[in-house]
This record gives sequence, C-alpha cells and structure tokens, in this order.
Amino acid sequence: MSSEFFTLVVDGREIEARPGETIWSAANRHGIEIPHLCHNPQPGYRPDGNCRACVVEIESERTLAASCVREAQTGMRVSTATGRARAAQTMMLELLLADQPQRESCHDPQSRLWQWADRLGVSASRFPADSVSHTDRSHPAMAVFLDACIHCNLCVRACREVQVNDVIGMAHRGHLSKIVFDCDDPMGDSTCVGCGECVQACPTGALIESALVDESGAGVASELEETHSVCPYCGVGCQLTYLTADDRIVAARGRNGPANRNRLCIKGRFGLDYIHHTERLTRPLIRRDGVPKSAAADIDPANFLAHFRAASWDEALNLAASGLADTRRESGATSVAGFGSAKCSNEEAYLFQKLMRAGLGSNNVDHCTRLCHASSVAALLEGIGSGAVTAPFTAVEQSDVIIVIGSNPTENHPVAATFFKQAARRGATLIVMDPRGTALGRHATHTLQFKPGSDVALLNALLNVIVTEKLWNAEYVARHTEDFAVLRTHLEPFTPEAMAPLCGIDAATLRTIARVYAGADAAIIFWGMGISQHVNGTDNVRCLIALATLTGQIGRPGTGLHPLRGQNNVQGASDAGLIPMMYPDYQGVELASAREQFELAWNTSLNPERGLTVVEIMHAIHAGDIRAMYILGENPAMSDPDLTNARAALARLGHLVVQDLFLTETARYADVILPASAWPEKTGTVTNTNRQVQMGRPALTPPGDARPDWWIIQEIARRIGLDWHYSGPREVFAEMAGLMPSLTHITWERLQTENAVTYPCDNATHNGNEVVFGDGFPRTGGRARLVPATPSPADEIPDQDYPLVLCTGRQLEHWHTGAMTRRSEILDEREPEAAAFMCASELDRAGIAAGEKASLATRRGEIEIAIRCDDAVPDGMIFVPFCYAEAAANLLTNPALDPYGKIPEFKYCAARVSALRKTKPETCNT
Amino acid sequence: MSENGTQERRPRHTGNGGARARPRGRRADPGDLDALRQLLSDPPYRRDLLIEYLHAIQDHDRCLRPSQLAALAELVGLSQTEVYEVATFYAHFDVVDEHEPAPPPLTLRVCDSLSCQIAGARQLLRDLNESSGDGVRVVRAPCMGRCQHAPTVAVGQFHVDHATTEKVAEAVACGSTAAVVPPYVDLDSYRQQGGYSTLSKCVSGTLSADFVMNTLNDAGLRGLGGAGFPPGRKWQLVRAEPGPRMMAVNADEGEPGTFKDRHHLENNPHTVLEGMLIACWAVDAEKVYFYLRDEYPAIRQLLSSEIAALRSAAIPLADRIELRRGAGAYICGEESAMIESIEGKRGLPRHRPPYVAQCGIHGHPTLVNNVETLYWIRDILEKGADWYAGHGRSGATGLRSYSVSGRVKEPGVKLAPAGISARELIEDHCGGMADGHGFRAYLPGGASGGILPASMADLPLEFGALEAHGCFVGSHALIVLGDQDDLREVALNLMHFFEDESCGQCTPCRVGTRKAATLMSTPNWDTGLLRELAQAMSSASICGLGQAAGNPLLSLLRYFPEELEA
Repeated sequence: MSSEFFTLVVDGREIEARPGETIWSAANRHGIEIPHLCHNPQPGYRPDGNCRACVVEIESERTLAASCVREAQTGMRVSTATGRARAAQTMMLELLLADQPQRESCHDPQSRLWQWADRLGVSASRFPADSVSHTDRSHPAMAVFLDACIHCNLCVRACREVQVNDVIGMAHRGHLSKIVFDCDDPMGDSTCVGCGECVQACPTGALIESALVDESGAGVASELEETHSVCPYCGVGCQLTYLTADDRIVAARGRNGPANRNRLCIKGRFGLDYIHHTERLTRPLIRRDGVPKSAAADIDPANFLAHFRAASWDEALNLAASGLADTRRESGATSVAGFGSAKCSNEEAYLFQKLMRAGLGSNNVDHCTRLCHASSVAALLEGIGSGAVTAPFTAVEQSDVIIVIGSNPTENHPVAATFFKQAARRGATLIVMDPRGTALGRHATHTLQFKPGSDVALLNALLNVIVTEKLWNAEYVARHTEDFAVLRTHLEPFTPEAMAPLCGIDAATLRTIARVYAGADAAIIFWGMGISQHVNGTDNVRCLIALATLTGQIGRPGTGLHPLRGQNNVQGASDAGLIPMMYPDYQGVELASAREQFELAWNTSLNPERGLTVVEIMHAIHAGDIRAMYILGENPAMSDPDLTNARAALARLGHLVVQDLFLTETARYADVILPASAWPEKTGTVTNTNRQVQMGRPALTPPGDARPDWWIIQEIARRIGLDWHYSGPREVFAEMAGLMPSLTHITWERLQTENAVTYPCDNATHNGNEVVFGDGFPRTGGRARLVPATPSPADEIPDQDYPLVLCTGRQLEHWHTGAMTRRSEILDEREPEAAAFMCASELDRAGIAAGEKASLATRRGEIEIAIRCDDAVPDGMIFVPFCYAEAAANLLTNPALDPYGKIPEFKYCAARVSALRKTKPETCNT
Repeated sequence: MSENGTQERRPRHTGNGGARARPRGRRADPGDLDALRQLLSDPPYRRDLLIEYLHAIQDHDRCLRPSQLAALAELVGLSQTEVYEVATFYAHFDVVDEHEPAPPPLTLRVCDSLSCQIAGARQLLRDLNESSGDGVRVVRAPCMGRCQHAPTVAVGQFHVDHATTEKVAEAVACGSTAAVVPPYVDLDSYRQQGGYSTLSKCVSGTLSADFVMNTLNDAGLRGLGGAGFPPGRKWQLVRAEPGPRMMAVNADEGEPGTFKDRHHLENNPHTVLEGMLIACWAVDAEKVYFYLRDEYPAIRQLLSSEIAALRSAAIPLADRIELRRGAGAYICGEESAMIESIEGKRGLPRHRPPYVAQCGIHGHPTLVNNVETLYWIRDILEKGADWYAGHGRSGATGLRSYSVSGRVKEPGVKLAPAGISARELIEDHCGGMADGHGFRAYLPGGASGGILPASMADLPLEFGALEAHGCFVGSHALIVLGDQDDLREVALNLMHFFEDESCGQCTPCRVGTRKAATLMSTPNWDTGLLRELAQAMSSASICGLGQAAGNPLLSLLRYFPEELEA
C-alpha cells in the first residue's frame, strides 16, 4: 500500500500523497488546512477551483495554482500560507467581502465564508461595494439572497452533479453572472424539487432554509442541537442530522450514510415538522358510549371530543388488552389480527409480531409490505431463496447497463435516483421501462413506455431473444440455475414480433434491449410497484429473475436484482416477522423445526397455521371470522383497495385498538386510541432497501402523554399475561439478534458507533456484504430456479363504460396515505390538493380543462378530483396519488389479488372520467 | 409563515384549491417544439450544436424567448437552465421575457475598443443614441477587428468604417445591413497558383509528417495567437497522443487592436485552409472545427462557400471541416474556452493541467492553431525552412503580421520581420505618426500586453523580449498613443473591456476587474490598493484574461506615475 504513495513538500514538511490526489486533499490529510470556499470536500463534489481562496505557490511556476484542483506531483514544493499565496488568499476574501451584507444583519453570520474571513483576519474590505440585491422568497422551504452569493458554483454542482436535478444554473457573464433557476424563474415556480442540496452546500447563506432566517432575511440566531439519525420516510434510508431548538426540529442536514452520502430529498429535509402538528395525539382516547362507528367519516381530527374521550394510560391499556384477550377467549386465536408498521423500528416490529403470536396465539399479523412488494418477495423467495435485494442501489456505480422498470424513483426514492442519474451522466446505459413517462427518462438511453399490464409479454420477449440469439451465459446457467430446459421451451412462442402488439414496443427495440442487457459487463435491474402491484406481480418478478440469472447478471459488482423498498423499515419489519406465514428471518410458521425454535425461545406454544394477509383479513372481518384488531401505525382505511369495503370491515370489528400519531382515517373506527411516538422521538434500528441496518436516535421527547411504541406494546403484552420486562430497544435487539441469523455480528453497540452495518456480515469488524449470491443461492441445492410466466390480462379490463386504465401511486411531496406529509407545512404547501394526472389529448377527449375538477369513477366508487394535464401519462390512462383523504384513490381500486403474493392490483383497473360542468348548471341555476 | 417556530400551524388543507393544473415549472410547448423542428436542421439534435441552434432562433426572431429555450432544451436533451446559461453568456444573443417586445429590427454596434475610442467612438455612440429613430437600437460593442478604420460601427452585419453619424444614417436609410464579402482568392484561382498541391504531397506520402513538422521547427515558426508556442512541436505532441484526435482553428480574433487574421482570411482564405488541412493530416485529426468569431460575418459567408467548394472539389480531408460560429465573447479566444464553446457550452476556460493537447474537445487530444500560424504553413513547406528562418531581426526569426492602429499615418496589417521595434514599424511601415500627434506610448500586444512609453520603442516586438518590462507582444497588435491621449482614460477603457469580457468564473478576474474599474473611475486612484489587486489578479486568475487584465494598470503605475498625481 505504502508503495503507492509519493512525497511532496508542503510548507516545508514532507508529506505523502496518493496518485491522483490534489494538493488540497493531501495537505488536509496531514492537518494543513488551506482556505477554501468553492471546494466542498464531501462525496460527490468535484473541486472547481473558482474562488481561488485555496491558491498556493508551487516552486518554479509563474502563477499560483488552486490547490483543490491541482494534482500533487512527486517532489513538488508548495507554500500554502506565506508570501504571494497568502496575499492572494486574503485578497480573495477581501474582494468577496466587499459585496457581502453586513455581518450583523446577514443571513448566516457563521457561514463558511465568515469563518474563513475570521481565520485569515479579514474583517472589512477596502473595496467599494456593489449593491446587488436580489431576494427570492417564492419557495416555502428555501430563501434566495443573491447579495451574499460569491459565485462559487457549489449550488450548481449540488443541483446538477450531485442530485442531478439540473435546475440551478449560472447565467450571464462576468460580474453580471447570476445564479438562476431554470430560465431565471422564481425558485418556487421553477422545476425545483426541493431537495435542498443547494442550501446544504452554500457557503454563505445566499441559499438558506427559510426556517433559519426571519422576514427581513437576517439569520435567526439560536443554538441548534444536533442529533444523528435516519430519515423516517422511504426505504432509501438516508442518514440525517436533526437540528433542534426549543423542543422543535428547525432543520435537517444530510449525513454521509452509505445510502445517501449527505443527500436528502424534500421530505427528509423539509418534511419533519409533522411531529409538531397541532393534531398530534397526546393522550389516550376511548370511544364514547353509543357513538356509532358508521359515523367515522364525519370526525374532524382536530375536534374529536364528541366521539372520543380522554383516558388515563391505565384505563386505555386495560381496555385495549382486555378487548383483544376477551375476543381470543371467546372466538379463538384466529379471531384476532394485527397490523404492524414498516414505519416503526425493527425492535417494535419484532415485539408486535411476538405479541400477536406468543400473546394472542395468532399468525394474523401483517403490514404494508403486503401492499408493496409481497409479490416481489414471493417470487424472490421461490427463485433465489431470499426476499431481499442482491445488491445495494449504489452498485450502479459499477454498472454498464441499468434497467429501471415499473418504478418512478425521482418521486419515490429520490436519493436512490440521484445515483441512477449520476451513472447515466457517467455514461452507463440507462433503460427506463414504464407505461408512464418519468423524470428519469431525460437521462435514459432507452425509454420504453409499454402498454400497462403487459410486463410479462415485454419481459418474455426479451428472454426469448436472449435464448434464441444464444445471449445467455451458458456457464452460469449450467452452474447456478435449474429448470432452464423448461423455460427455454416455454419461451419459444414469445418472439419480439409476437409480443410487440401486446406490449406496444416494436420488435427491433425489444431485440436491442435484450442484447444490450445480456451483453453488458455488468447490468442491474431495479423495480418498484409498477411490477409488483398486479394480479400477475409474481409472474412479472419471475421474468426479471430469469433475465438476471440467464445472463449471469447477478452476484457480481454492478449486477443484481433490486426491488426498491418503499418504507423506511419495510425490509426490517419483514425481516422481523411482521408476515403471517413467517417468523423472524422468513422461517415458516408451518415448518415444525422453526416453530419449535421460537416456542423454545418465547417459552410458549405457537399456532402452526399460517395467518391471513392484509386484504384477506378485511374479507375475514366481513365473514365474521375476525372480530378484534390491533393496528399499529397502519392506515388501511386509506391504503387498502376498495376502501368502501375495507372501511365497512373496520366498522364491523367488535374491538379495534389503533396506535398512531394522529387520528388517522383508520383511528376513527377505533375503540381505543393510543398516542404513539414519532420516529424523531425514538431510539431504534431500521433496515433500508440496501439491507443496511441503521441506528435511529431521538431528537425530542414525545409530546404530552404520548409514549414510545415499544413501551405501549409491552404494556399490552403484560396485560394479556406475558411476562415482559424489556428495559428498552437495546434489549429487544439483543433477543432478535439471537434468533435471526441475518443479524449475526451486528450488535447494538456497533450500530451506535458505526451508524450502519449491512447484513449479511462476516465478522465483528466487517461492514457487511453489499453484493450477495456470487457463489450460489440460499436454496436447497444452491441453484436459482427459473420459473416460466405466461402473459395474462389484468383483472379488470377497460370497456365502453369504463374506458380508461386507472393507475395509483405516490408523488414526491407526499408519503403513503398522507398522515405525516399532509401535516407538514412545506410539503402540504407544495402539493395541497388531490389531483389526477392525464395527458392533453385525453383531457380534450373528456372535454375537461386543465386544473378543472372532474368526477372519476370505477365500479367500486367515485371521487371528485382536480385534473392535472401531464403528458407523461399515456393516452388511455389516468394516474391518481393515493395520499389524499378528500379524494381517496383507493375508493376506486380493485381488490383483486396476486395469487402468490396476495398483493392487490393497485396499478390497473377500469375507470371513467367525466366533467362536472355538465351536471352543474342544473344545481347552479336553482 | 410561522415565526420562530411557534406552535401555530395552519389547518390542514381540505382539498379546496391549490392543485396545479400542470406539472411544476415551465414545460416545452408543443407549438414551440414544432416551430423549432421547422427552423433547425434535421435531428438528431446535438448538444455541441447548441450555439448554432441559438443563432438560428436569434437570426429568425431577433431574440430568444424562455419558452423557446425550454423547447430547445427538450429537443437537445438538456435542462432548461443549461440552455439558458449558454444563451445569456454570449453577447450576441438577446434573451427576452415572453411579455417583453423583441429588440428593434436593426442593431447598431458601436465599437468602443481603444483604437475606436481614441478616434471618437464615445461621442459617436452618444450621437447615434440621440439620432437613431424607431426600429433601431444602438449598443456598444468590443473590438470588431477593424481598428485601422476606426471608428467602426456595425449596422446589422454591414460595417461602416471611419464612421460618422452621417455615414451610419446613410447606411441605415439605404438598408445596407448585410455583410459585404470582399474580393478574395477563391478556390479556382488558388489552385491555379498551385494551391493544395502541398496538401496533396502530404496526403500522397511524398512529404512525411515528420518532415513537415521538422520543417516547421527548423523554420522557427511560432504560434501567432499570442503565446508563441512552436506549432511543429505542438503537432508532434498531439500526434503522440492516443486517438481519436481533434483539431480546432482559433479564428476568434478578439484581442483589441488585432485584425491580422481577418486580413488573411479576407484575402487568402485558402492559404489558411490548406495549412489547416496539412495540420489535420499531420496529427490525423478526425475533425477540424473552424471557430470563427461572430464579428466577422463576411468571412463566415466566404468560408461557407469555399469549404463547400473544397468538398465538391474532393480536396482531401475537406469532409472533416466543421465551421463554427462564435457568439460574441472575447474569452472564447482562449483555447480551452473556445473548446467549451465548440462543445456548445459557455466559454469558461479550463484548468491546466491537463492541457488541450492531451484533453481537449470532448476529452480527446486536440490541436489548436491560430489562423496566421496556419497561413504560413504552405509558404514554409514550399519555400523551405531557410526561407522563413532567413527573415527576422534582433535575434527573432521569421515574418509576422503586425496589426497597427492608433495615432499613425497609415495603420493596417504590416508584414514585417519578427523582432522589429515599434519605432521601426511606425517609421518604416506606417508613414510615421499621424499629423498633429507626438509619439507618447504604445501597446505592444493589444489590450493585454501592457503599455510602454515611447522612450522604450526600440525594444524588439518579439515573444519573450518584453516580459521583463511587464509587457508582452501577444497577438502582435500595436496600438500607438499620442501626446494628446489621456493614459488614465486608456487604462480605464482597457479595464472596462476586461470587466465586460470576464467570463466570471474566478474571483480575481470577475470581482477584481470590476473593483479595479470602479477604483479607476474615481479622480484619485488608490494606487497602493490597485497595485495589490493587480498583483493578486495576475497571480491567482485561472486564465490569461485575468492574469493579463492588470497589465495596463501596472504599466501605468510603473511608467507613468506622473499621470496619476492628482
């Protein structure tokens, strides 16, 4: 290793540098800090050498060199802090300070600019000031004060090269140069996605969080406390630092976690204030006698005392526990069910399923993974023996070809998307396949907007090309797969020519894509709910598995299969056993050996029959089979398909305990409501989409009498007779680690100090295996199974009455059912109202103007919703986010299930849209 | 908005209003997309042609609208802001908001560079501003390379030399707004004089690349864009780099006072083109970009037709030529900034190392030569290294094209031996000083090369000969100042030029030129601060522009301290 180093002399000291290393970086590693403003020595930031505050003198060179960009060379003699170099550095600060606002009233008096001015002893400027005043407060989260801009270009690099959102530019020239958004549009009206990377990068406060300045633009002086944790939103698992003051989260900053490298998105950076919302539940509530559950829809979450009364914890817990225990006693263990949450910690997920299984004897325990990736997990377990990703999304840095199918990561996994976009910028071939156009498309080499629901036809055509053109990796197939012959025969009829009319992609393109993927040195596949949320979701994933294993594009750096997980802890909650057919670590409940292990560990006998899944539980309530439920942090009254039916089921329950932050749509049906703690108030671990187990730490205490979820679960457990005495999450984690091989070598103490460890992990100092299955699969025999799939239609096909395809999903600013994000001021301001998206031609056909409200109906329900004109949506489709309670998309969706994963077909049902105007005149004229 | 994090929160939206009718931000309008598809060449739309596309729109509509930029961004596959920042960087593009009127049909550009300024450009600009009627706008502009005819006004693309308000008014009244292509040696005539036979000898193998490059080295030919790097060696360096290799001709002659490249291109374009193709052959460049400043529309016309003629005549390598049009940016004469511009970007100079010979256009090894450098290639190869090396004096070698302007009787391009002094040039080639002007001072190398007093006019005008005196010969542009010229005004004019033309990338140049110009606009110069500033600019700027911008100022402080006494 040391032979790679060479030496140079900096300020009279001989120091070592690595090949390719800059003078600045080598000096910095040796404790010599050279002034710098435009240089941000953080991952992803290319040095730009424009501020010239880091210039150094190199012996025998005529001019000074910017140390941040100049490569160190053997034998170089460099002076960083004397003579011409220091004079120039100081002059740069003095030139820049000339035009800065007064420090006393400036936006960020502790900015890096002022800190360096202090260190170089520059307090004032002898130069005449130019008054450049341009303030832009059009964005709710961020303020722009160009009087403090030093043109260092960091925000441009942040926006263009790090997050690859391409909104910020440096327009004009010379001293008239100016930071602009798009074509010099107000930030709030531009295509800015609000990731806030620019405010984190800005060294002067020219771009700053609105929360950190007052109306006049002066910095709000207060000591901010820092707490390092993980973002509560999506499965990317960004590490962040909460900045708190006076018991409030004021701002957040990205940390250098393995999945985010300091990056955040608008939700993680600006969407944490939901925890301070006035509607936070702060004391236990009990349904008032005689208030019917059928009136649930009328409850105002801000004013619910007509329906519920406050209660002591003791009373509420007793009632909650006795209701569950009594139901079990009266109707049997299978009459009780529970939904845990992918938004809680691993420890809480574990405790919840343990309570349901060991305390109530029921395997009817599930969570929202059923609605997200259940089909993916089913196919992956069947095909390769593991439901988790085979490689992290950061593996794209080594990929030549990247397929993103049925996923809109710039909206749903924004920070993961930054890695995809960066890979495309670097020159990797990005192939985006989705019926809807996505923002990723602009970066793609190939964009395939195939017909909705035709995934199997499309993917089988690719497989057919790979087989018929002998593009498959014969050696890999022979060594690592089984049933190839069956698949090969099966694929014969699925030629690109035959599939083209089905999927809407021409045969030549299909052949090209197959060749590009199979021929790549390293190719990787990502998918999302566009693949999984279909009645044939499992078949879709089987095809993806076949693609990767036939071509050997798995198990090596830059290759693999990666279902992008949706929630911050959906991987961890699944691992922890919040699944009706599996104990922790996917050990089947019907498998005697597994059951015996947990019976021994939990010191009780366990139910040997698999439980029911989310939608099945709703059906079982209607059938009278399930009578009591404990719902922790889930919101099935918004997230289930066919909500009219699901809500009716909730109303039918004899006993419903809901534990949540707010009076959610589900909580309105509760008998007992237990006020829980939010993620920023919690200690616990979460596991992201990359299999990285990360430590969450509390920045605040829960408001009022709200309590940690693990405490509430334990209190209920005790009240149904379990002798639990966990002192906290640490002890729970230790118990889990003892029962879950996946957590081997991962300890609470490690996570406290290292923040993240990837499983599987080889030893106590190993950081974990990012890429797995290089030498076989965790199945009997060690081979991947190739499972043929046949195209089949969606459950409900458009017809004359309902001619459109309705597709539901998420949008950037809102999260799942909106319980959190719609209570975040900034997120709510960015997307305040329900909207359905249609293309211009479809709008014309329906006679609806962009922005107008319309009626949207399916065979299951009808909503009124504003229509947004968005040409990314193909003809014949309407897209509706499901986060809006006032126009709940799931009133419309089809509850038909994939037979293997039991996941509903959220991505496809028949719908019709009609203008409201035609009926309005009658009512208006009266 | 909440103040200081109080508990107040607005109630949740109930879904009444606020939903946007369209996705956030400006979207490309289908109508604009169709219009652009009509206007531009056929797809694929190339990012590196962005500036050409912007020209096409500007020429058609007299301005660029944000909506068009958004549509163009979509066609080219760029973000809106990438297009916007390029469009607003170049002086010849007018980005105008949707609701603002387009600029008037006719633009008068009044050259205010030094030679024109001392010939009365400032008053002319004022007078034209007052006298011009509707449909005309008057703007100042940097050097147009017609300094021997100062002052110059561009009426559209028609240049009025020795301009007066009357002559300009007449041009406007007659509708004389088109570029006038001067008589020149066209392809047929050039070939009749033996043109392109040297290229043929190269391509056929009669002459080897090594022979050609050695001949250039033996001749002592220097790069005549300003830096003087020997082209023979440069070709050898580029040729030694792995392919694919590129070539660019720097015809962005923007140094105030310099017009020799225009002279050669307007008279003998094929001599330059043959030199270029020989260079292209010598380094085996896959492509040759001919980057021509937008201030030379007549040359663009003649080059377009002559390059087409080359292709029709099947002159070897002619199919590798791509003519590129600058858009009004002095900085693009800096070779790495020119390369950025060729790639369709803003003209921001790159950091060195790596040098463009290793990493140039699209990251490929790139040969960049100046027009005059290429002009000499054919003569040297036909007449021999000794012929060229036989010229020169004071130890300098070869022939040079000096652009002489200012207070001399006969300004113009002077073909003279390298190493000639300013005094000799004035006396022997320019008929002496203009009537009524005594010789006071001179600029040996345009705006960048500093100012020397007449007492130092016997120094050789050659690379390396003036550096010890704080000056350099650069592009060999001699601007002669007389005893009635205000040297402070001269220095301020030059600083304003650098302030206007700074790309804005680095602090010392962007802020330094601005602050220097402001300080120099006051009656009492803070000479101590100005000296400190100029030194920091020259040592800390990224490129030659910022490094040289302080030269005239430092010259004044050094040689004319009496001018600065209040």
